[in-house]
Amino acid sequence: MNASRLLLAKPWIWSFAATAIVWLVTILFTGVASSLGLSQAALTFAAFSVIVGIGQMFVITLGPGNIDLSVPSTMTLSGTLALKLMDVQDGMILFGLALSVLIGFLVGIGNYALIKLLRIPPIIATLSMSFVVQSTAIWSNRGLRIKPPQSLAEFTTSSLGGIPNIALVALALSLIAWVLLEKSIYGRWISAIGQSTFAARMTGIPVDGTRFVTYILCAVLASVAGYLLASFSGGAALNMGAEYLLMSIAVVVIGGTAVAGGNSNIPGIWGASLFMFLVVSMLNTYGFGAGFRLILTGLIIIAVILLAGGRQSAR
Amino acid sequence: MKLSSATVRLIIPAASLALLLVAVFYMQPRAMSYTGLNLLFNLAVPIALATIAQMLIMAVNDLDLSMGTFVSFCACVAATFLQTSPAIGILIFLGAIAVYAAIGVVIHVRELPSIVVTLGMSFVWGGLAVLLLPSPGGVAPGWVRWLMTAKPPVVPVAIVASILIAAITHFVVMRSSFGVAIRGVGGNHRSVERAGWSVIRLRAATYALAGVFAVLSGVALVGLTTSADANIALRYTLLSIAGVILGGGEFVGGKVSPIGAVIGALTLTLAGSFLSFMRISPDWQIGAQGAILVVVLALRLALNRLETREKTR
Repeated sequence: MNASRLLLAKPWIWSFAATAIVWLVTILFTGVASSLGLSQAALTFAAFSVIVGIGQMFVITLGPGNIDLSVPSTMTLSGTLALKLMDVQDGMILFGLALSVLIGFLVGIGNYALIKLLRIPPIIATLSMSFVVQSTAIWSNRGLRIKPPQSLAEFTTSSLGGIPNIALVALALSLIAWVLLEKSIYGRWISAIGQSTFAARMTGIPVDGTRFVTYILCAVLASVAGYLLASFSGGAALNMGAEYLLMSIAVVVIGGTAVAGGNSNIPGIWGASLFMFLVVSMLNTYGFGAGFRLILTGLIIIAVILLAGGRQSAR
Repeated sequence: MKLSSATVRLIIPAASLALLLVAVFYMQPRAMSYTGLNLLFNLAVPIALATIAQMLIMAVNDLDLSMGTFVSFCACVAATFLQTSPAIGILIFLGAIAVYAAIGVVIHVRELPSIVVTLGMSFVWGGLAVLLLPSPGGVAPGWVRWLMTAKPPVVPVAIVASILIAAITHFVVMRSSFGVAIRGVGGNHRSVERAGWSVIRLRAATYALAGVFAVLSGVALVGLTTSADANIALRYTLLSIAGVILGGGEFVGGKVSPIGAVIGALTLTLAGSFLSFMRISPDWQIGAQGAILVVVLALRLALNRLETREKTR
């Protein structure tokens, strides 16, 4: 009784419940035989949303108005440049990764420089930044599509003990993020800033430093996701980050992180990412056209928010 | 002479628009004509209408992430139903406006974040648009086409329309008591409530009014492009937000300026033409647009600093 009430009080439980329902409904249609394949695909594709979602969550936790719109273009630029540097050589894999982390650093620094020095609202600052980053990606993407190095492509598409490697990477990153958020002083600081920036400043929290690190963290996670996605899908494409703009925001919010900031949770991002992928594949298996699929996806998002939001206001 | 802070707020966007216009004229003197101006500002009309819609939503401290898909949807309706059977087309538009009002009510009653609800709605509008026009097509209704390509004497239609939009919304938002109440909801909804207004009705009305302007934006867009496509206006979501901010609006506190928003939309449109006149390679056009946005906002910061220095003196 007590345990179940404790579990129900967790904001992330709803996204997992919704995921389980959608999974069951899909299996009902396709038969039990496909459940393994479906689960693996869900884990793989959810992993990308999880990685970008964690970064976005840290930023959203900073409080109202904080959001990073440069996620898709950062993913594209990092995927493009990393594959170009690696040039199909296995020996260059680590250098490619280092380059994409560096790109994340630069974008993050650029974002926060605009926010802080020009006092531009984050939504506009990161939007302007994303234009510049996207242009750089377009400029550098001239020519043929470059394939990822053989062993990197194999790593991203294979699995270990039935669990896709990408999902394991995302899991490791989530664990680090969880420790950062729940066990480190940094996590306390971003929550405090999200709840009241003024109070946080008064208590001596280095507000600017913390926000600076958070924007860098988000950009680095986005560029790592771009690196992995480009390797997974056999090459970088200019529009490969596009769907992750709305996705990164949606998984954070559906996962139970407060949009007003100051309260975040990582398990919910997993639930929401799996949910978003499964909804689309469920609607696909039931043979809905693109139009109906979009409409139903939207209605389901709103329904989940209504359920979860109602719980908050009842409290 | 003492300038009010609202006027100072307007000077910056107006100055940046003028600066950009001078730069365009300098590089391409032929643009300084009736046809030239019309070409420069043609696409500004739907963007200005969408920016006004976004501004209304931002006045009550919300944000509409479905603006682009909704305008696309309206464009698709205008190019299909409004053309073949106007009555059904108008009914669909009324329904869509009612949905906007309903979104406002839901967001208010359940205290939901507007970003998420409109994010969900963006999928719905996108889906409806794809259902209506799976591939680009449709035809603009004759009267819309006539209206958007009209050639009034002396001043091109794009500029007449922009001035009209700015004047009407300025009156509604800044001068009427309804407008004051809307901005009050953004500033302090509790005090508006205590003053006897129904905040829920105000929010519903704001959303409905935003819906009206977004519908007009879609219709105007089809009048210019003659046919529609489900993805025709996707970039309007970000353009409209950027337009409001460029025009001196703020995300919270009900601080908005309709005239500023229209000027912001014009600036954004002109930035595109400016870049093509500069012969910047297409690779860097988006990037340069971002840079222009940053420069204008930096100017605004510099002027704001001047203003506060005046105050402290």
